[in-house]
Amino acid sequence: MVFRTRRLALASVAAAAATALVAGCASGSGEGSSGASGNTLTLWTHNAGNSAELDVVKKIIKDFNGSQDTYTVELQSFPQTDYNNSVVAAASARKLPCLLDVDGPNVANWAWGGYLAPIDVTGSEVPVEDQLTSTVGTYKDQLYSFGFYDVSLAFFARRSVLNEHGIRIPTMDKPWTKGEFDAALAKLKKSGTFAYPLEMGTGGSGEWWPYAYSPQLQSFGGDLIDREGYETASGTLDGKDSVEWGDWFRSLVTKGYMAKKSGADPNKDFLAGKSAIQWDGSWNAAKNAQKLGGDLAIIPPVDFGNGPKIGGSSWQWAMSSTCSNKAGAQEWLKFSRQTKYFVDYAKATSTIPATDAAAQQIADYQPGGKFEVLVQFARKYATVRPVTPAYPYISTEFQKAAQDILAGAGPEDALGQAAKNIDNNLKTNSNYAG
Amino acid sequence: MTTKTAAPERLRPVRRTRTTNARRRESLTALGMATPAVVLLIVFLVVPVALAFALAFTDARLISPTPARFVGLRNFTQLFEDPVFYKSMRNTAYFAAVVVPLQAGLALILALLVNAKVRGVNFFRTVYFLPVVTSMVVVSLLWTFLYRKDGLVNHVISTLTLGHVQGPDWLGDPATAMPAIILMSVWQGVGFHMIIWLAGLQTIPAELYEAAEIDGATPWHRFCHVTWPGLRATRTFVLVTITIAAFSLFTQIRVMTQGGPLDSTTTVVHQAVRTGYDQQQTAYAAAISLIFFVLVLTVSLLQRFLTREKD
Repeated sequence: MVFRTRRLALASVAAAAATALVAGCASGSGEGSSGASGNTLTLWTHNAGNSAELDVVKKIIKDFNGSQDTYTVELQSFPQTDYNNSVVAAASARKLPCLLDVDGPNVANWAWGGYLAPIDVTGSEVPVEDQLTSTVGTYKDQLYSFGFYDVSLAFFARRSVLNEHGIRIPTMDKPWTKGEFDAALAKLKKSGTFAYPLEMGTGGSGEWWPYAYSPQLQSFGGDLIDREGYETASGTLDGKDSVEWGDWFRSLVTKGYMAKKSGADPNKDFLAGKSAIQWDGSWNAAKNAQKLGGDLAIIPPVDFGNGPKIGGSSWQWAMSSTCSNKAGAQEWLKFSRQTKYFVDYAKATSTIPATDAAAQQIADYQPGGKFEVLVQFARKYATVRPVTPAYPYISTEFQKAAQDILAGAGPEDALGQAAKNIDNNLKTNSNYAG
Repeated sequence: MTTKTAAPERLRPVRRTRTTNARRRESLTALGMATPAVVLLIVFLVVPVALAFALAFTDARLISPTPARFVGLRNFTQLFEDPVFYKSMRNTAYFAAVVVPLQAGLALILALLVNAKVRGVNFFRTVYFLPVVTSMVVVSLLWTFLYRKDGLVNHVISTLTLGHVQGPDWLGDPATAMPAIILMSVWQGVGFHMIIWLAGLQTIPAELYEAAEIDGATPWHRFCHVTWPGLRATRTFVLVTITIAAFSLFTQIRVMTQGGPLDSTTTVVHQAVRTGYDQQQTAYAAAISLIFFVLVLTVSLLQRFLTREKD
């Protein structure tokens, strides 16, 4: 009896101690390295659920593991919506994998935060200089990441619809001006065929907002932040040009050109003929071409005064700073930089290959190919989102301001508050020095 | 259990000394049994809460190359200059002020209805309880579709009024977003509190009702003088739990409106998560949480005081 009680007490204490130990370990393992056990390296990607792209990653890993006997790379994939959170959580616990992919605009933040280590891929088949600049992630003049593809924004429309309403189909030499664009929307609206002639995916969330709409802001002459030193947003994000953008953006809703909140699948609505002109990513170009054939018009962005603009930079590959086998990680990164993989990625994801050599191997992207304009857009119009560790914060503030403007807030107030918050954030973080 | 019942027989011979021994053993057993729960509480509740309070006075960030520094009250002064914070407080108070009486009252009415001894009552109990066992995320997603401009709710309104009334874009209009969320939240949560009320109702002895009936009391009098006093303890419980749940409004907001449009649905908890996670300002979010803690504590204590046993 006595024995039994004591044993129970002992067992409880032991169990409690074990719990405390485990909990203590999780929070206090301190500086360390992870991501590899010996020569087996872990790799994380955001591609779970996106089998086309995931298959390319798997193929490169298989080829790499087969090409040499020293290193083995192991894949772990995450759904995109949870990916960034998983990385942040892993970084807090110092359990980052050796290799990981990162969304372009986050590179500066993750590099500054000490998640990523600079990489050296000299000697790989494709030199970094051959890539579209928007597919290379640098911070403080050091290379941190590279991507195999970029995406482009474009207006998609049906030629037949535009011709029917007497709307000029613009070219890169002569893109639509603001006046022309507004007039076109007015005509389409008046025809009564479309409840909302313009579709810009306003039902989207997260990064889509700054990705899709900040290029339009830039074309008006505004920007998310003063890129001179990246120290203040006041005067830029809430400057005259930016407010003008806000007024125009809001007018799309008040004039009934665009839905305040678009449907769950804007591309499907466009293909079904619910909207006449869609502002969308190049990833839907192949689908649109397949459905509409020769009737599809891929239209350059509107020139609102400072030239047509699109966002640049998509998912890229990087190495974690806590990687315990950096040599192996660099080996994998170098190995992956072969033209055939650039081709595979672009084909699998209907995106723009990051190099000319790869573009030449894909008929649609060659000069004269039906998607060649998208490559041209990416080359001529791409503006990367501000390369600063403050970007994730700026992104959330811009998103909120833009949403508020569509909901009816005064552009001056909404953008002014966003600029004030960003400045405050920069100040309390000492401009992200260090 | 078996050890306890077996003990007296074996301990009988030398009772006095054995009693103290037994007691010591008993407290040891109690200690052993309590330890796992206590440790879990400390590790997963006390420590995080203490950490959050400490973080509120630093400049800790979710991603940062430098360790957190002590910054005094900076987060709080910043917070009191933040227009969104006041909107969050106002919306949270608004939500609680409407939801607490509405949900508690509706739940009581439902409980009285399903407490009636008629056929098919079990069916209704199940129906009312269904939304409670459905995940709030799922419910929110479904209602997001119902509330769309071309959604089911507006179709019903249009059909009932023979096309004369066109419903608004419920979640897209600052004037209707919060009422829409309140309606949905009450619908989802009412079943749970109905069950609690029902449990309370069934503790009231049937003789009291019989006696009241013999005395010629009307149903309304029976409710006022038998049912209502009999629900005293239940009332306090329902009040406190609904209030705390209402204050921590988050899931619906996150899924349905993300605080918009024009901050009309932002709440204190939503703002804490948005600033702490989406905007990486851990310390700022900790400051919001600290204020939230004080707020909930104050209201709960106030409620306890107002509903205390008056002797």
